[in-house]
Amino acid sequence: MGADHGHALHYHGHSVIHRLPAHLKIVSALAFVLLVVATPREATWPYAVHLAALLLAIRAARVPAAYLMKRLVVEVPFVVFAALLPFVATGPRTNLLGVSVSQPGLVAAWALLAKGTLGVLTALLLAATTEPRDLLAGLTRLRLPGQLVEIMGFMVRYVEVVAGELRRMSIARTSRGFDARSPRHWPVLARSLGTLFVRSYERGERVHLAMLSRGYAGSLPALDVVAVRRTEVMAAAALPAVAAIAALWGVVGR
Amino acid sequence: MHVPDGFLDVPTSLATAAVAAAAVAFALRGARRELDDRAAPLAGLVATFVFAAQMVNFPVGAGTSGHLIGAALAAVLVGPWTATLCLTVVLLVQGLLFADGGLTALGTNVTLMGVVAVWIGYAAFRLALLALPRRVGSVPLAAGLGGFVSVPAAALSFAGLFAVGGTAPIDAGTLVAAMASIHSLIGIGEGVLTALVVGSVVVVRPDLVHGARRLRAAAVAAEFGVAESAEARP
Repeated sequence: MGADHGHALHYHGHSVIHRLPAHLKIVSALAFVLLVVATPREATWPYAVHLAALLLAIRAARVPAAYLMKRLVVEVPFVVFAALLPFVATGPRTNLLGVSVSQPGLVAAWALLAKGTLGVLTALLLAATTEPRDLLAGLTRLRLPGQLVEIMGFMVRYVEVVAGELRRMSIARTSRGFDARSPRHWPVLARSLGTLFVRSYERGERVHLAMLSRGYAGSLPALDVVAVRRTEVMAAAALPAVAAIAALWGVVGR
Repeated sequence: MHVPDGFLDVPTSLATAAVAAAAVAFALRGARRELDDRAAPLAGLVATFVFAAQMVNFPVGAGTSGHLIGAALAAVLVGPWTATLCLTVVLLVQGLLFADGGLTALGTNVTLMGVVAVWIGYAAFRLALLALPRRVGSVPLAAGLGGFVSVPAAALSFAGLFAVGGTAPIDAGTLVAAMASIHSLIGIGEGVLTALVVGSVVVVRPDLVHGARRLRAAAVAAEFGVAESAEARP
């Protein structure tokens, strides 16, 4: 603790996007994805504009494209679902490379892939440019209930500790010749999780006592709020503004 | 397992976000009853535990593996209100810091896993406890049933949402049948694992298992010949 350690997805940097206040970034990302989801799927061009705007934002953040691309693997499960859609969907059939597929299913699959990929890329950019503690401050500013932010704060602080404990248990099992290959080995893994729960719960109790002894009275002290400059608001609004124009284009041009 | 952006249309996503917000508001109050003023650090560490538990891969065979969702598990271990908060925080962190689950689908994911899976799982757990003998040993079995029920319950709720605000023309009957059959299989795994984990905690620290509290009080009362009214104590 104390040291400035980021998290799995954070990419250290000092770009315009890194420096934007977190609450503006969260609102901007959420508005952008909402507009992407609201864009009619019959239109192709608006999606090209969405993608171009997002790529410009990634460029401005100076996060290497390869860094984000590697992390796009989280979308693999729904890519599989999208690939199945043309075959299971209803509606008139059409011919694709000699195979009969559903026409509306094909359109839906394309829309799902486009919207899903843009959504994941946006979330990746947000995670890559925002430190967890800034994210917490941003959520507080967005009026998320204080207790929820506190719980999230404890999770962000202790996730490495608990994951480390899990890792050490795994090493201990392996060093005793354990190799999980089938459901026969579940009881051993489940006992590890049971132990992890007891340890996590007891750590929570110790943390609470430590907090009490340092004067905790039910809520954590508020973080100092930094004033927001108008240029920052405009920078954050740029991405959803472009997306709004593109979405409108999609609605009108239909 | 997380719903990504673009699966459900905007009105449905906003509606589930409203449901999730209301559920979290209630859970914040309810969790104070379950954990009193220790709520923040304890719920935080339990949320971290759920997050870590989801990282453990359980081999199914033939090179595949699965992982826990942990909704029913958390409900049995720390109570349903706290479990709703824990799952919500896990989903928030996964969505905002790990790009897992769409930003616009956060409300949907919280509704499905933090509300439906937790509460249906917990309800099944309590019902099973009523049917089973009043012994601490019944707790893992009932928890396993809760875990089993929670997965198809969440999957069917998703199928229902998809029928209302889905973005692909799939026959509702086909979707329900596919979701129910696949997730019943996944639910078996979830149920077995929930039972095993709860079983291992109940053996060493029965006092930490929220779902075993009343039974434990009854067992202690029986042992010391105290009247059953002692149960009322938390």
